[in-house]
Amino acid sequence: MGQNLYHKVFDRHCVKQLPSGQYQLFIGLHLIHEVTSPQAFAMIREQGLPVPFPDRTFATVDHIIPTESEQRQRPLIDPLAEEMLQHIEKNTADYGINFFSPEKGEQGVVHVVGPERGLTQPGMTIACGDSHTSTHGAFGTLAFGIGTSQVADVLATQTLAMAKLKVRRINFTGQLKPGVYAKDVALAYIHHLGVNGGVGYAYEFGGEVIDNMSMEERMTVCNMSIEGGARCGYVNPDQTTIDYLKGRDYCPEGEAWNRAVHDWQSIASDADATYDDTIEIKGEEIEPFVTWGITPAQSVGVGQDLPKVNSFDEADQLVVKEAYEYMSFVEAKPIVGTPINVVFIGSCTNGRLSDLREAAKFIEGKKVADGVRALAVPGSQEVDRLAKNEGLDKVFNDAGFQWREAGCSMCLAMNPDQLSGNEISASTSNRNFKGRQGSPTGRTLLMSPAMAAVAALEGKVSDVRQYLEN
Amino acid sequence: MSGEIVSTITGSGIPLRGNDIDTDRIIPARFLKCVTFDGIGEHAFEDDIKGLAEKGEVHPFVDERFANGAILVANKNFGCGSSREHAPQSLKRWGVEAIVAESYSEIFYGNCVSLAMPCFTADHDTCARLQDIIESEPALELRIDVAEAAIQAGEETIQLEIQAGAQGQFLDGSWDARAGLLENLKGVKQVASKLPYVSNYA
Repeated sequence: MGQNLYHKVFDRHCVKQLPSGQYQLFIGLHLIHEVTSPQAFAMIREQGLPVPFPDRTFATVDHIIPTESEQRQRPLIDPLAEEMLQHIEKNTADYGINFFSPEKGEQGVVHVVGPERGLTQPGMTIACGDSHTSTHGAFGTLAFGIGTSQVADVLATQTLAMAKLKVRRINFTGQLKPGVYAKDVALAYIHHLGVNGGVGYAYEFGGEVIDNMSMEERMTVCNMSIEGGARCGYVNPDQTTIDYLKGRDYCPEGEAWNRAVHDWQSIASDADATYDDTIEIKGEEIEPFVTWGITPAQSVGVGQDLPKVNSFDEADQLVVKEAYEYMSFVEAKPIVGTPINVVFIGSCTNGRLSDLREAAKFIEGKKVADGVRALAVPGSQEVDRLAKNEGLDKVFNDAGFQWREAGCSMCLAMNPDQLSGNEISASTSNRNFKGRQGSPTGRTLLMSPAMAAVAALEGKVSDVRQYLEN
Repeated sequence: MSGEIVSTITGSGIPLRGNDIDTDRIIPARFLKCVTFDGIGEHAFEDDIKGLAEKGEVHPFVDERFANGAILVANKNFGCGSSREHAPQSLKRWGVEAIVAESYSEIFYGNCVSLAMPCFTADHDTCARLQDIIESEPALELRIDVAEAAIQAGEETIQLEIQAGAQGQFLDGSWDARAGLLENLKGVKQVASKLPYVSNYA
């Protein structure tokens, strides 16, 4: 009987079984940022513990950093943000950890930087004090979001105590229709399986739809595993993965590269691998999705009406009613045409070059609707450089977007980019939780970059497919 | 190094109804701008509290009746979303010592274990019944026996569930994973030496 990737990678990294029944798992790549690491460094300092593998941890700053150039001057205007930045500078210097800083031009959202530098490689275990670490699963890694105490565990031991998961294979068959993107694939599986459908599972994404995706698209799909409750999500490495990694900074070269490729191919799930569960989603049936509520599963195809409260299980109706009340939306009405105030294109979900390119196709030569505040935020300083080389910044600026510098920006409201009052945003980020984008009454509609782009032009939720036909 | 043994939790309850209560709601992101967890307990559910207050309603975390609550009873998928340990840290610093819910996000659950804050599960009807009991008699002292995974409410004893591994960790004080992980650094180095990427496939 064949093995799946999850078990192959887990077994390679297993140090021993712990008395709790969990396993001590070696972590091949540890990524840290300024929000969830300062307390972890304080913990190991207090215990007098060294960092035994400092070259396996990499740091950047993303959550708190302003995205307007003048606001990035030091010291940062917000003294709390400045303090956090100083802590990561000092902590990484003290322990000999590489810090991808803004000054070096290497900064970005942690889940954009790791892959683009070639740090994220197939067969690794990866951890970061950030739930969207699942992004790195796109390369055939086991990538876990962890809490701060666990960040301290990895710093001090390069290991985590982890339970073994079940593995669910999700097959996306056939082809996506025009106007349907990786983001819609992510929103589709969360819609099908629910926000806690993945609890206890690793998700293995496969099938023709995934096989045909670029690495950046696969990252979008894996990024949102956590929104479906899965502990991690991954795609088996293939030629697309290998082609993406070749020549990147931290990848091996020459003979070592050949050995790496051979190794990476060997860790993919075997053809006869078994799974604890397998489900199928037809690519043709996925529509461009928009969320209407306060969880990422509360979504509809853009062509559909908002669901009726009584169409949900009784136990779920409370959160559905709460969502409608919070959003000030009414059941059974169409989502299309919903006015929006803000557009945010960026984040670890959709802040990569291909996302910006796709959005640019729709806005080139057009103008953002009056009264709409639109931000385009590259996921890293490298994405910013590549986008500018292609003139994308000009396309966005000419259309009335604000082209910003790299950071988490409006995804999570720990920097100046925030909603105010009960503004509605068309956002390419990953969470539509109450208050997520900075205003306790702000409202978030999650969608793909292309859908966000046409929402910016129309000032309301619009069906991107109509732009394709014209 | 072993931590304190957590075998019983005694105190009144706090009922918090609703599925999918995420960690952004437990502790809004602006309160993550800090380099220590000090003072974070004051901000637990701050936006939910304000939102309800505007409608003339009272959130359980500011309801006088539950001010001394130590046992939080929630519903499905509690603590979903962000991995921020700030969320369980804020609950603990507010005064929560144990949680009963229908289910949890796994990252949140693991964070709670690290803080010696046991999380029990029970089905929907049981959680709803516990919430009813607490609401009808807020001062009632509840008592959780970790070894039995049971909660006593007055004359009634209600069976809960807990992951066996975590249960053992609370009962022998080994809930701090770091101590156990540190015991085996030699084994860690052996595993690392066999992983081809650690030497960059040299």
